[in-house]
Amino acid sequence: MSADDQAHRTVSAGATSPDPEQDGRKPAAENRSQTVLRQILGGSSLVAILAVVLSIILGGILIALTDERVSETASYFFSRPTDMLVAAWEAASGAYIALFQGAVFNPRADSLALMFRPLTETLTVATPLILAGLGVAIAFRAGLFNIGAQGQIILGATFAGWVGFTWHLPFGLHLLLVVLAGFIGGALWGFVPGILKARTGAHEVIVTIMMNYIAIYLVGYLLSTPAFQNPGSSNPISPRLDDSALLPQILGPQFRLHLGFLVAIAATYGVWWILNRSTVGFELRAVGANPFASRTAGISVTKGYVVVMVLAGGLAGLAGVAQVAGTERVLTGGIAASFGFDAITVALLGRSHPWGVFFAGVLFGAFRAGGVQMQTVTGTPIDIVLVVQSLIVLFIAAPPLVKAIFRIDQKKKAKTPRRDNKGRKAEAAGGAA
Amino acid sequence: MSMAATVTDVRPSGTSKNWKAPIGFGIGALMAILVFAIGGPATTAVFRVSDDSDRFRLADIALPADVVGWVVAVALAAIAAYSFLQVRKGESLNRWYGIAYAVLFVVGFLTWVVGIAERPSISLAGLIAGSVTLAIPLIFGSLSGVLCERVGVVNIAIEGQLLSGAFAAAVAASVSGNAYVGLFAAAFAGMLVSTILAVFSIKYLVNQIIVGVVLNVLVSGLTGFLASTLLSRDSATFNSPPGLPDISIPLLADIPVIGPILFKQSIVGYLMYVAVIVIWIGLYRTRWGLRMRAVGEHPQAADTMGIKVNATRFWNVLLGGAVAGFGGAFFTLVSVSTFTRDMTAGQGYIALAALIFGRWNPIGAFFAALLFGFATNLRFVLSIIGTDVPSQFLAMLPYIVTILAVAGLVGRARPPAASGVPYVKE
Repeated sequence: MSADDQAHRTVSAGATSPDPEQDGRKPAAENRSQTVLRQILGGSSLVAILAVVLSIILGGILIALTDERVSETASYFFSRPTDMLVAAWEAASGAYIALFQGAVFNPRADSLALMFRPLTETLTVATPLILAGLGVAIAFRAGLFNIGAQGQIILGATFAGWVGFTWHLPFGLHLLLVVLAGFIGGALWGFVPGILKARTGAHEVIVTIMMNYIAIYLVGYLLSTPAFQNPGSSNPISPRLDDSALLPQILGPQFRLHLGFLVAIAATYGVWWILNRSTVGFELRAVGANPFASRTAGISVTKGYVVVMVLAGGLAGLAGVAQVAGTERVLTGGIAASFGFDAITVALLGRSHPWGVFFAGVLFGAFRAGGVQMQTVTGTPIDIVLVVQSLIVLFIAAPPLVKAIFRIDQKKKAKTPRRDNKGRKAEAAGGAA
Repeated sequence: MSMAATVTDVRPSGTSKNWKAPIGFGIGALMAILVFAIGGPATTAVFRVSDDSDRFRLADIALPADVVGWVVAVALAAIAAYSFLQVRKGESLNRWYGIAYAVLFVVGFLTWVVGIAERPSISLAGLIAGSVTLAIPLIFGSLSGVLCERVGVVNIAIEGQLLSGAFAAAVAASVSGNAYVGLFAAAFAGMLVSTILAVFSIKYLVNQIIVGVVLNVLVSGLTGFLASTLLSRDSATFNSPPGLPDISIPLLADIPVIGPILFKQSIVGYLMYVAVIVIWIGLYRTRWGLRMRAVGEHPQAADTMGIKVNATRFWNVLLGGAVAGFGGAFFTLVSVSTFTRDMTAGQGYIALAALIFGRWNPIGAFFAALLFGFATNLRFVLSIIGTDVPSQFLAMLPYIVTILAVAGLVGRARPPAASGVPYVKE
């Protein structure tokens, strides 16, 4: 918290200092960046919980509306309304129960260990989400929108996979190099938007989106060359990675959960440390809060953009490692699934705080793992998970809307940035005292 | 997109001489010399201007690939050298040199890539007509972006607007049995997505990029969910829309090359041309456009002059959604006859790139979208005539060009100053 206060002081100091290059546009820019920060970092946990509840209810309504039995019973709604209501309740609750059983605990399994197997699946799916989510989040904190996690995951997986099936090295060393290669692959794909943003001002949203497509076609091309294909096959699938290159399964062979999850925990701690305890992190946050003030304070904004994008890409690259060396064990064109895009919602839900991202990743991992189960058991398409996830993020981004829906007293509603700044400053002062 | 503006201001002020253009031209000329000239095949690349079925037939264009390669390479090198001299003298380069350079490069590339193919002969008319067709949804999408960004709202949700338009068009046209009902439903669906974008970004001041990204996920999930429940359960009722036929204008449609492009289109295609012209005139020649641009460039000043900033933003974002919705209708009413999940396949993001490439100008966006359509269609055409160039590299081209464009190699692109900045009355 104290580092946060420091950042605020730096920002306000920069705002009052005269700067010849800051024209009339500056206050608007400052307001904007603070608005962004407030949306990503601010808000209360009550709103977060209500947002989740509201989204799940809306998802349930959608499931009920499209259910076949509901539409059948709706035809005689006015003679026996209970039939339709029961059918609607059963459709929605049935889907969510299947989702829960697929994500957390399955009471019908044979042994106690297997009953908790869904939970390990959730954590397995959560691993790349957390790692890539951290990559998106750290860029957010420096004021950059990294939409390119998808491409960064693909490049990380490609580099890591190539090292994994081409080189044959002893245990330990091989895995280490695989992880390193994945980090470098992702970092490379983050470096390009970073350096272009820093040197030419190219908007990182556009560049990262373009880099995603280039990555997709690049891995498609590589998988069409003999160097990346199984010998004697022309399928776009790589050979299996060497055993020495795989992330070991930490709960034994019956669970897919692999060492990548511990890497994700370590990375979460690492990002927290970088952001809150290191000079680099302080500079990154300062650049994100107000690039003008940061430059006035002697922080290199261009360096900040490059550093944060390399870190962000590297983290997403680690997500690629988790995929290629942990879950899939071969490199395919679909290695990144949609993790790179889900990572954006994970970072938003986690409000770009490392541990927030961690828990958001676990939540979305649960949705995804449970969604697969739900689709097989009740036939509810897994797309409902996307709907619920995006609704959660939308509601969390707009606390006044959630408060209005649940009729929560809106005394603290901050409509103008000016009032809100005062509030934040008072808060910061209180924290310092 | 104001982030770009932010950084432009932040970076240390360099020298007044901008060496980007000469360096970019030089690299391109070097590539041309190595690939088009030295690597030019000793074949004749044939471009068929008319097909056998055409009423008026013109002779085919046959170009010796290696000779054209050398001519183009030398011309490109000359432009690069001239731009180098101009910049050293401290003078700015006329933009027509850049355009000539691009055209020459495309000619050189086409001749080379057709020349090295197994059957070095392509239909020029087909190539261009196909490019326009593929570009139609992109053009609608980037026009939507123009309308939104010009009033200061970043529209990342183009993808969602296209997808919702495609979905609504399929369902409404199937249920009503009338493709034109589908067309209006598509515009309505696009507006619906825009409404969420406008409410969250204008009323609740949520960051516009965040709303856009999330909206795309929401629409993808929602349409995917409905496609695999309602639509797949009863596809005869919900997912078999009647298509919009091509309307061919007699005589004019028979003009070689440009006839099919301009005068043999579906109603969506004609609407596209109308939209480009109307939005261009509206933006630069009417009070509506002046107000839009004022709100997008300097909302405080616009407000002082009595323009209702947030209302202007709200209605234009809605209009943008409707325009993108028409583009979405193209997918299910013209291109394919059923809705499939995620059928827009990221075209909304490409439209966004076309918008920036086209410098927030409707005409610019039109040509940028055409370039993307051209690149996509070229890939199809080349795979038919059998080429050694991996299709993935051809597919990458537009994205690489876009990165070069936003990096400023193709000239300075400046977004509307207040784009992305919520306006709060002081």
